[in-house]
Amino acid sequence: MQSVGMIILQRLGLGLVTLFVVSVIIFTAVNMLPGDFAQAILGQGATPEAVEAIRESIGLNKDPFTRYFEWLTAALQGDFGTSFAQVSFSEFAGSDTGKGGIGSVTDQLVPRFKNTLFLASVAAIISIPLSLVLGILAALYRNSAYDRVVNVSTLSAISSPDFFLAYILILALAVINPLFPAVSNVYDGLTFWERLNASMLPALTLTLAVTAQMMRMTRASIINLLASPYIEMARLKGLSPMRVIVKHALPNALAPIINVIALNLAFLITGVVVVEVVFVYPGIGQLFVDSVKIRDIPIVQACCLVFAATYILLNLTADIASILTNPRLRHPK
Amino acid sequence: MSEQELLLKVRDLEIEGRSDETWSPIINGASFDLHKGEVLGMIGESGAGKSTIGLASMGFTRDGCRISGGSVEFDGIDLVNADAATKRGLLGKRIAYVAQSAAASFNPAHRLMEQHIEGPVQHGVFSADESEEDGIELYRKLRLPDPENIGFRYPHQVSGGQLQRAMTAMAMACRPDLIIFDEPTTALDVTTQIEVLASIRDIVEQFNTAAIYITHDLAVVAQMADRIKVLLKGDEVEEADTRTMLSNPQEEYTKSLWAVRSFQRDQKPMAPASETPVVSLKNITAAYGDGTIKVLHDVSFDIHAGRTVAVVGESGSGKSTAARCMTGLLPPMEGTIEFDGVKLPADYRDRNKDQLRQAQMIYQMADTALNPRKTIGEIIGRPVEFYLGLTGTAKRKRVEELLDVLELEPKQYIDRLPSELSGGQKQRIGIGRALAAEPKFIICDEVTSALDQLVAEGILRTLAKLQDELGLAYMFITHDLATVRSIADEVVAMKEGRVVEAGPKDVMFKPPHHAYTDLLLSSVPEMDPDWLDQLLEERGVDNIGDAASSKI
Repeated sequence: MQSVGMIILQRLGLGLVTLFVVSVIIFTAVNMLPGDFAQAILGQGATPEAVEAIRESIGLNKDPFTRYFEWLTAALQGDFGTSFAQVSFSEFAGSDTGKGGIGSVTDQLVPRFKNTLFLASVAAIISIPLSLVLGILAALYRNSAYDRVVNVSTLSAISSPDFFLAYILILALAVINPLFPAVSNVYDGLTFWERLNASMLPALTLTLAVTAQMMRMTRASIINLLASPYIEMARLKGLSPMRVIVKHALPNALAPIINVIALNLAFLITGVVVVEVVFVYPGIGQLFVDSVKIRDIPIVQACCLVFAATYILLNLTADIASILTNPRLRHPK
Repeated sequence: MSEQELLLKVRDLEIEGRSDETWSPIINGASFDLHKGEVLGMIGESGAGKSTIGLASMGFTRDGCRISGGSVEFDGIDLVNADAATKRGLLGKRIAYVAQSAAASFNPAHRLMEQHIEGPVQHGVFSADESEEDGIELYRKLRLPDPENIGFRYPHQVSGGQLQRAMTAMAMACRPDLIIFDEPTTALDVTTQIEVLASIRDIVEQFNTAAIYITHDLAVVAQMADRIKVLLKGDEVEEADTRTMLSNPQEEYTKSLWAVRSFQRDQKPMAPASETPVVSLKNITAAYGDGTIKVLHDVSFDIHAGRTVAVVGESGSGKSTAARCMTGLLPPMEGTIEFDGVKLPADYRDRNKDQLRQAQMIYQMADTALNPRKTIGEIIGRPVEFYLGLTGTAKRKRVEELLDVLELEPKQYIDRLPSELSGGQKQRIGIGRALAAEPKFIICDEVTSALDQLVAEGILRTLAKLQDELGLAYMFITHDLATVRSIADEVVAMKEGRVVEAGPKDVMFKPPHHAYTDLLLSSVPEMDPDWLDQLLEERGVDNIGDAASSKI
């Protein structure tokens, strides 16, 4: 049996390979989008010379292969290039268009990404304990009225579109009972509590969207184990049903639960476009959609890469965490 | 013993089980008494309801079962009508349970000691520290190696026999008045079993604990029980004290159980030295994985036409690995395998169809060895078509012939699925599938160990008959020496991947033996209730089981 350290190293390596493959796919896909930035910005009446000039200045005329490697090399050094949309402004402002200057992708991306991470964390801190508790209770009182109510309500929540849930919450918690602001006006200089207050409604919307899956997986994987001989043994020791489930079933049910949690965490970061738009929350999803609209390729690529890295990293963490829940691997013979 | 106080009183206990939305009876009225310090043996074939009664004595039924009638009274408490909290207060504290598979019944996520002290702490009998100290003391009494530290290991780090003893210790943790032992040694090797038996008996006597000992092995129950109760398909057959039951069984069914071990086939003379053996293993060394851990060392033996060679040894001794080498599933690192004097390619992928056809296998678990989605006709028909090229009517005719040979009415069985057969019938289909290839040589890997004794005997008789008719050579992998006695011509004893002794059966079963063969033979329980006492007296507690095995 391999040591845990070796397995983690192996997974990390595989994660890097995946990320590389994904970067190729992203680059190819983004460059296959119809139209290009020069045409999008100059409109119908553009002269071929003007288009060519802009293409020249942002390097669109080089062959894709060269562009990919230039992009990759720069990205590896933390420089995701310059936002096309900002090129002219920065030249106008007289500053360098290179890394760190006004209009670099990193400058646009980082604050947005921080906002998204904040929102995701708030949603995760509410939804993960909530779904675990709901799931454990549903397993404990399986087939009872409580179990059915929880199942039906979480399923209804997940089956409704995000924006619908969002408007319901706005109606209930911002309009009828004005507890939270309907628009998430988040900017630098807010205190933590102000920020939390502003993010509450989108976070609750996201919680409703992810709880069902995690809760149902918790319930199912615990119930799955209830027929095992060691659960019967625990019951025959006269332990309370709650203790049987929390102490004896849950530790062995963790691996699938962790995986579902990781998938949902990834969703909280990459799948929030609609919620961000509804609440005008300045997160990475909005930036992404705006950039696609104007063919701002460097930003689109960087967003995709961040999304991909998030997925890979979270799945990697989930893999490692589920390996660590297996005592056979933690304590070899 | 009966002058002691009455502890458990079961009267007309009826239990029903649910299948397809209807309740059908599993236990049709069982009654017995159990006094303090008394051991009641409960015996019967699988499906007799032994475990169900055992659990019901704790007021517990598995999901899908219910107590539909009768009463269970433990120390004056009515367990059938008691509420869940009352029962929880008794379970673990005054009534404890030892399960069949300790490996599956210990929670893999917690250390042994954590699980040991959980009962006493939750029931408020001992504090965690007291219970831990007591646990170490119990481990010592049960003669577990390294009692101070073994509790801090996880279940997967401890061997099966040790786990079974640790589970007995866990059952003892609250000093209960009653322990239910549910086939505690069935999954163990004979040499390990004897050690567990000795420790269970010892500790039950020391603490004057009453016990219900459930098993299908008569010889085991003879050692453990003061009284024996025989069950058949949910009905009581009879009950008497152990010696009376053994010497003078009243009912026909009990007599037939007792008679099972009488099947013995005459040993055939050794094949002449000049005869070319059907299969010959020559100096086989084999390993799994990257080859650093060898599982077979220089193993050689021959199997002649029409003879049965029994390969015996504990689990992990390399019996099944030798079979895997013969079939080519595990190409050996060194050595050759000859078939009719011709060297076989090491890897099955390099063997031609005819070579593959000659060696067939019958597996231990007929349940898992048959594809549940194929009918019997398809399962047996597949090798008929593959090896003999028969199709259509010819194939069906051949399958019907085979079913006939196996004493299964072809018309009735050919279109059934494996799930519609009993355990013994499934094993017959396994034999049929092997025969369909018309081999010269069949490897039987623990073919009877998952079956009840009466059914197992039927399978052995069928195999013996087929051998006489077709001149088949068998390699019989088993750890059950009773099976060896009844069917083998020659015996090969293996230990840690080496052949320690080999020879004709009559020689092997008569002293002087190699020390290991002697240990194996002497560890097989006999029907005599004094057998364990005598053995312990003869050898001393330190010369049985693993302890003795590691000295060799």
